[in-house]
Amino acid sequence: MSGENYNTCCSGDKQESTKDKYSMGEGQFVTFPLYTPYKEDTPVKDEKEEIFNYYQDFIIDFLETPSGKVPVVDTEIHFEDKIGSWKVRWGIGRFNYRVRPGLYAVGRPNENSLIYVTANYKMSFDRLRKSLSGLNGWIMVLDTDGINVWCAAGKGTFGTDELIRRIELTGIKKIVSHRLLILPQLSAPGVSAHEVFVKTGFKVIYGPVKAEDIKRFLDNGMKATEDMRTVNFDFLDRVVLIPMELVQSIKYILIFIIIMLILHLGDVIKFRFSYIYPFIGAVTTGSVITPALLPWIPGKAFSFKGWVMGLLWAIFVIYKQGIFDMEKLSVTLAVILFLPALSSFLAFNFTGASTYTSLSGVKKEMKIAVPLMITSALTGMVVGITGHFLKF
Amino acid sequence: MKNYYLKNVVTLQFDEKRCMGCGMCVTVCPRGVFQMNGKKAMLVDRDACMECGACEKNCPFSAISVNAGVGCAYAVIKGALTGNEPNCCCSSSGEGKNTCC
Ligand code: SF4
Ligand code: SF4
Repeated sequence: MSGENYNTCCSGDKQESTKDKYSMGEGQFVTFPLYTPYKEDTPVKDEKEEIFNYYQDFIIDFLETPSGKVPVVDTEIHFEDKIGSWKVRWGIGRFNYRVRPGLYAVGRPNENSLIYVTANYKMSFDRLRKSLSGLNGWIMVLDTDGINVWCAAGKGTFGTDELIRRIELTGIKKIVSHRLLILPQLSAPGVSAHEVFVKTGFKVIYGPVKAEDIKRFLDNGMKATEDMRTVNFDFLDRVVLIPMELVQSIKYILIFIIIMLILHLGDVIKFRFSYIYPFIGAVTTGSVITPALLPWIPGKAFSFKGWVMGLLWAIFVIYKQGIFDMEKLSVTLAVILFLPALSSFLAFNFTGASTYTSLSGVKKEMKIAVPLMITSALTGMVVGITGHFLKF
Repeated sequence: MKNYYLKNVVTLQFDEKRCMGCGMCVTVCPRGVFQMNGKKAMLVDRDACMECGACEKNCPFSAISVNAGVGCAYAVIKGALTGNEPNCCCSSSGEGKNTCC
């Protein structure tokens, strides 16, 4: 039996290659049902709703298995997938960007093919199917509420229970003869490998952190080397997060524009860009510049790093606006007290996006830094506003 | 390049007596905190730990304990304000932010 392919429902031939999937005629394609008729725990309530909630356009074929038909997925990422990822990065309609949980096939897998487990967050899934191109394998998608592997593992949705449940629901035991599951390394906080083994007989192997390393991992005898296992949070890792930070900080910028407008109600005509650029700069310093330059800024605490950068910005603003003179003492003080505190707070927020901060560390930082930030910012605000009205 | 956060804050505890040397902790840790030292695991870089809890969850002999959670300011602040344990804010976003919020 071993080595034999399961028949596919469109082409009965035994081609190992994944290339034959493109030979499928269009007429054949439309004869496939829209839905995967394989076992699924949640019944489809409204067919249309299902189409909108799940992105399943990557299904190119179906494979007949002892546990029912399994959809075969495309390993190519198309333009729409890229647009989708781009939208997610910029925070546009990022809800429901999910894949239907269950079993999928890549290439023409058989009973000896490996099983790769992932989350039903579309980007996690896309990365995996792309990295598996040219291979034959099974993809088991867990129901993680459309959340990526790492977050879901932390929450426990990508967890031991869901994995055990999904093993049963997909009937994978009848499809493969081996008992190995390859999980992404970053799912380990949610999954207890020994518990899964005791309860299902499947041995969990933690693969690389990044799906792109899967082939190297397989070549290495299914062992993740240290660099595949560790999370480093390099410059590029940080830079891809910046759009999201920027989108989130726009609201702060708007708030300051409004405050400054109110303060200058008397002479709106004289309202100048110089009134608001200090804020825009401080927000950008905290949420974009500090994250990007993170390891090169002195200090360990994010709030401190943000404060240092904010201080540099404040000094620049004071220099630029020529407000060293005693006449504008209140403005100078307000700038020096308020802007660094603002950058500091935004930089502190970036701990959430970083991949090396610990809960205990953030708690400690909060106890020490947050009161300082608030005091500094409030004092700055009071000085600035009273100075504005009393003209000192 | 390995980034480090604050020193001496993590709650990670390793009980060498219970360790049976299976090496699972070395495999699952994304921060290279453990290494094998003969038949036992060994803490080699405690300050690198980000308290993800993977080692505790995957140690078959309960030799490791850590107060796992997310190092996310937003979650901690929200937790402090509402009096709840810090909870990850993933539910509102897929992945824009890698770790949490
Ligand atoms: S997982 Fe537990 S038993 Fe295994 S090496 Fe690590 S500490 Fe020891
Ligand atoms: S909690 Fe996570 S980062 Fe810390 S030692 Fe365990 S596996 Fe490594």
